[in-house]
Amino acid sequence: MSSLSIRVENIGKRYRIGAPVSKYRTLRDTIADTVMNPIKRLRGGPDMYDHIWALRGISFEIDQGKVLGIIGRNGAGKSTLLKILARVTDPTEGFAEIRGRVGSLLEVGTGFHPELTGRENIFLNGAILGMKRTEIDRKFDEIVAFSEVDKFIDTPVKRYSSGMYLRLAFAVAAHLEPEILVVDEVLAVGDAEFQRKCLGKMSDVAREGRTVLFVSHNMSAVLRLTEEALVIEKGQMIMRAPTPQAVDYYLSRGLSQEGQRSWTDDDIPLDAAPFYPLEIRVLNNMGRIMDTVRSVEPVMLELEYRLEQPVTGLRVGFYLISTRGEFIFTSFDTDEPGLYDRYASRPAGRYISRCIIPADVLNEGRFVVGVNASSFRVKRYFHDEQALTFNVDAAGAPGTQWLEPRQGLMRPRLQWDIKVVQE
Amino acid sequence: MISKPEPDTILLKPQTGWSPINLGDLWRYRELIYFMTWRDLKVRYKQTLLGASWAILRPFLTMVVFSIFFGRLAKMPSDNIPYPIFTFTALLPWELFATALNVASRSLVQNSNMITKIYFPRVILPLSSILAGLADFAVAFLVLLGMMVYYGFMPTGALWSLPLFILLAMISSLGVGLWLSAMNVQYRDIGYVTPFLVQFWMYITPIAYPASLVPEKWQLLYALNPMTGVVEGFRWALLGSAKSAPGPMMIVSTTIAIVLMVSGMFYFRRMERQFADMV
Repeated sequence: MSSLSIRVENIGKRYRIGAPVSKYRTLRDTIADTVMNPIKRLRGGPDMYDHIWALRGISFEIDQGKVLGIIGRNGAGKSTLLKILARVTDPTEGFAEIRGRVGSLLEVGTGFHPELTGRENIFLNGAILGMKRTEIDRKFDEIVAFSEVDKFIDTPVKRYSSGMYLRLAFAVAAHLEPEILVVDEVLAVGDAEFQRKCLGKMSDVAREGRTVLFVSHNMSAVLRLTEEALVIEKGQMIMRAPTPQAVDYYLSRGLSQEGQRSWTDDDIPLDAAPFYPLEIRVLNNMGRIMDTVRSVEPVMLELEYRLEQPVTGLRVGFYLISTRGEFIFTSFDTDEPGLYDRYASRPAGRYISRCIIPADVLNEGRFVVGVNASSFRVKRYFHDEQALTFNVDAAGAPGTQWLEPRQGLMRPRLQWDIKVVQE
Repeated sequence: MISKPEPDTILLKPQTGWSPINLGDLWRYRELIYFMTWRDLKVRYKQTLLGASWAILRPFLTMVVFSIFFGRLAKMPSDNIPYPIFTFTALLPWELFATALNVASRSLVQNSNMITKIYFPRVILPLSSILAGLADFAVAFLVLLGMMVYYGFMPTGALWSLPLFILLAMISSLGVGLWLSAMNVQYRDIGYVTPFLVQFWMYITPIAYPASLVPEKWQLLYALNPMTGVVEGFRWALLGSAKSAPGPMMIVSTTIAIVLMVSGMFYFRRMERQFADMV
C-alpha cells in the first residue's frame, strides 16, 4: 500500500515588491505610509505596493518513497516551493500536507558556529536539524567516521579547511534520516568528491523508501536520479511527466532562457569609444538564445556592437572562463589570416561577431564568457571578464551512463578502441 | 519500509489573524532551547582575555562608580543600607534585563541564515539568549553573597521569594525581548533604539536611588516599569529594605510584565510568518 507523502493543493506565494524596494523598512517609512495611506485610499489609488506571485496554483501529490525532480530556470519559483515545504516561509494561499520530517541538503552547516569544536557542532547542528539528543549520541561515531575529521573533532571548526568543514556539515545532515529529503542544487557546491557523496546519499535515501525532492539545473543528474519531474516556469507548474519527457520539454522550449545580456550606456566605460558593445548572446543549435546548452550540440557565442568611427586593427573576441576563474581559451574574430586581412580596418557601423564552440567539447557545469575588444598594441577598447554565464548540460554526453560528475572542464568525445590481447 | 512510528502530518497553510505562540511546538523542540542556550554560553566569552569574569566586572565596576558619585559625593539616600550593597543588589537583576534586551533584540537578525533555511520555532532564538544571561547572573550573585557576608546581612525570612523576582525579571526580559527582536527584523532602527532604550530604562528604575524617593502618589505609576518591582523585590528579599513586602507595587509590576510577555508572544507570532522573507 502506498501512502501519500506530500500533498500540495493550489499553493501560492506572493511577495511584495515595488514602491519601498529597500529591503529593510525603516520606522519612518511605516509612519509615512500610515499617514499617506488614507489619502491614497480617498483618491481611489491602487495598493501602494506591487505584488508578484513567485508561485501560484501549484498542486501535486507524491507517494511515499518516490523521487520527484523539479526543474525550471532561475527565478521560476523552485526555491520558493521548497521553502514552503520546509516550513521556512508560509504560503499566501492554498495548503500542503506533509507527512514526516523534512530534511534538506541545503541546510548543510546551518547553525554551525566557528568557535565551537567539531564535536560541539555535531550536537548543535543535529538539534537544529531536529534530531533528538539520544539520536545524535547513537549516530555520533558514524557521523565522525563519515566526515573523516576524527583527528580534529575537538578543534574549533574555524580552524578547519573548507573541505573538512563541508564534510562534517554534510555528515550531520546525511544522518538526519528524514522521511522526506529535499536536495536543492547541491551539485553547485563542493568538489567532485562531495557531489558524489551527495548523490550517493540521495539514492540511498530513495532506496530506503523515503521520499526525495530533487531540484537541479543539472539535467543529466535529474535524468539519472528521478523517474518523474515537475517543470515550473514563472511560478506556474507547466507539466508533470516522466523525467525524459520533462527534460526534453525544458531544454527544447528554451525555458532555460536567459543566455543574453545587453549593455546600456551607463555600463560602458567612457574610454571604450568608439567601440560600443550592445548585446552578447549564447545560442543553441537551433539559433535560439539559451541559458543552458547541451554538451552534445554546438554552441554559438555572438557579440553585437557598434563602431562610432572606423577602427583599424580591431579584434573582437571571447574568453571562456571556468567559474573558478581558470581561462579555458581565448579566441578573436580575426584570428584567421583571411579574416584578419579582410577586416584590417572596419568602417563605422553595426556588427555581429560570432563563433561556434563545437559539440562534445565542454563538460557539464557553468561557464563564464568574457569579452575583449582591442587593437593590438594600440588600445584595449572594451574588456569584461564576466560578460555572461551559461550552463552546459551533459545529457547524452560520453560517460553519462555512470552516476558521477566528471572531473575536468572538457568532455570531449574521444575515439577509443579496445583490443583484446591474447597470449 | 522503515520501521518507524507513523510520522506526524504537518499542515501548511496561510496563517491569518492573531494567535499565540505554539507552545506544543516549542515543547517538541525543547532540546534545541537547551542547545542554543548552551551555544550562547559557550561562545559568549570566547577569545576574551577576562572570560566569564566580565559577568562580575560589569556590575561591580558600575557599583564602584555609583558608590563614589551617588553614594559618597551626592549623598543619595539608600534606605539605611550601605550604598554599595544597596546598588549592587539592584544591578544584578538590571544586568540580567539589560543584557537580555541587547542580545535578544539582535538574536533573529544575527541568526538569519538559520531562519531562511530551516524551520524551528523562531522564539527559541530570543528565549535562549535570555536564558544564557542567567549564567552571568549566577556568577555575579556569588559576589553579592560575599558582600552580604562582608556587610553582615543575614538572609531574611523573605528569601524564599527571590526566585519569584528572578522569574519576574525573566518574564519582563522575554516580553520586551520578543517585541524588540521581532521588530528588528522589519525595522533595523531597533538596533539603534535598543542601547538608548536600555540607558533610558536604567534611569527610571530604582538602581542608583531608592524607590522611596518617588512621592507616594506616584508610586503606582512608577511601578508600571516592571523592573521597579523586580529591584524592590530583590532588596526586600535579600536586604530586608522594607518592613512589609512591596505589595501594590508588585501587583502592578507583575501585571505589566505579564501583559508585555503575552502581547509579545502574539506580536512575535504574527511577525514570525514574514521573518524568512524579510530578514
